[in-house]
Amino acid sequence: MNAPLLCCRGLEAGYGASRVLFGLDFDIRAGEVVALLGRNGMGKSTTIRSIVGGLRPQRGEIVFDGRPIHAERADAIARLGVAIVPEGRQCFPNLTVHEHLVAFAACRNGVAEPWTPARLYALFPRLAERAGHLGNQLSGGEQQMLAIARALSTNPRLLILDEATEGLAPVIREEIWRCLALLKAQGQTTLVVDKYVDKLLPLADHNLILERGRIAWQGSSAELDARRELWGRYLGV
Amino acid sequence: MQGSTPQNPSSAPGAVAAITHARFPGLARRLPWLVLALLAAFPLLAPALGLEYYVGFVRRVLIVAIAATSLNFILGYGGMAALGHAGFIGVGAYTVVALVEAGFSSAWLAWGSAALVAGLAAAAIGAVSLRTRGVYFIMITLAFAQMLYYLAVSLRTYGGDDGYGLYTPLELGAWLDGAHAQVFYWVVLAIAAAVFALFSRVAHSRYGHALRGIRDNETRMVALGYPVYGLKLAGFVAAGAVAGLAGGLLASHNAFVSPSIMHWTQSALLLVMVMLGGAGRRWGAPLGVALWLTLEEALKLYTDYWHWPLGLLLLLVVFHAPQGVAALLERRGGRESVR
Repeated sequence: MNAPLLCCRGLEAGYGASRVLFGLDFDIRAGEVVALLGRNGMGKSTTIRSIVGGLRPQRGEIVFDGRPIHAERADAIARLGVAIVPEGRQCFPNLTVHEHLVAFAACRNGVAEPWTPARLYALFPRLAERAGHLGNQLSGGEQQMLAIARALSTNPRLLILDEATEGLAPVIREEIWRCLALLKAQGQTTLVVDKYVDKLLPLADHNLILERGRIAWQGSSAELDARRELWGRYLGV
Repeated sequence: MQGSTPQNPSSAPGAVAAITHARFPGLARRLPWLVLALLAAFPLLAPALGLEYYVGFVRRVLIVAIAATSLNFILGYGGMAALGHAGFIGVGAYTVVALVEAGFSSAWLAWGSAALVAGLAAAAIGAVSLRTRGVYFIMITLAFAQMLYYLAVSLRTYGGDDGYGLYTPLELGAWLDGAHAQVFYWVVLAIAAAVFALFSRVAHSRYGHALRGIRDNETRMVALGYPVYGLKLAGFVAAGAVAGLAGGLLASHNAFVSPSIMHWTQSALLLVMVMLGGAGRRWGAPLGVALWLTLEEALKLYTDYWHWPLGLLLLLVVFHAPQGVAALLERRGGRESVR
């Protein structure tokens, strides 16, 4: 088995005196899709914020490609190859779709086939139709596609999606799932947070269930599919 | 749609041109060149039209437009509402004074040094100020500019509060007569055109996109791997240096420099002119400066209370064109994606 791309050991994090994460241990291997599951307030976003440098962990370590990153600044972590598609999309209202795809483009990790605007337009044909429109002139689904495309334009080694399909129409959600499946087929390492467990199962290689800041269960999609009692107990499904 | 050529509004003509864009796209593209040609011809046409006085006036408009363009770059594109930009104009002007006092007479050396020294001052001030945001950034830039103002007041060698007269025009070189008003006008026009073209180019480069991204969402830019502080500082220093250049030119234009050039009210006036024209719009700064100074000049002919109608104009702009006159022209021109 290949070495983990991301390693979290004894990760504890929180906000001021309030602790949210209590000693998380998990790995993400290169090429793997990992689903981070749990009900609201269980620590999913705090875990992601700790990985991308938005929140300094109180204890424990996060190692990315053999390098500790828990004390690094967010921009330095991003330059190492960690990209996030944030909750709420956060597209830039004053940049056009095309500018989103060229302004942040970077190929820092020697990727053989880097993401170019042409490849991104092929992945999301809707964006090509909207290339000249500003970020705030797009529908929610188009903004989500743009947020994913913007993250991909940095050619990340680890792509993190926080609530990638929240608030989207079913047809757009399907488009996003199709895109994630395509990325998986191309070997993109991904950490994804989403509420649609049934849609995540065929996509994820590994699943982590968070319960009050601890990993309550982790295992493969086949195991999670077989243990439906976990869905009701931890995921409210 | 793969391989389609996306429409990029940044490559389209600017706001002034936009008014003619819908009906006359060819004219819209040529409008900046037409304006440049008219401005270049103005000193030759002015005597025949009895407008010699206005050659100096237009020169002043061009110099202030250089400073306003630099402010528009950090305010409109970078979201840095600096209330101390006149401080850098003053640093540039006093650099020229210091060189003249030391016996130097080359205009290029004086103006280049004005930009350099103002850039260094901007680096020092920006390094501290850019650690703050919002209203604190406004206050700290104001505080630094006022420190520069009081420093100038205390410099007795350079006239202190009374100012310093530059009685001999700076030398432009063997083939250019610096004492000739028209030559100085064309030099200022060439510098203004170069500064405007440079900032327009940079504003629509990857760095410009990053700066706009920082203005809209700093946290997201950090998450995308951008050293936000460094990028903002680079923009602040560039804008400070260009404001210093404008200060150097203003010193030559007025043949006089006093601390009032860098008083905080001058910084505020510069902000008002940029907002009037349209912050973050390509043509916003020159439009705002031309409109404000022309109205000021025209209204002074009719009334001593010219502040009143200018105040009313500001109110009108605030209520009917909050994004500035350039945005209004763009909307009239029928362009959807405006900046």
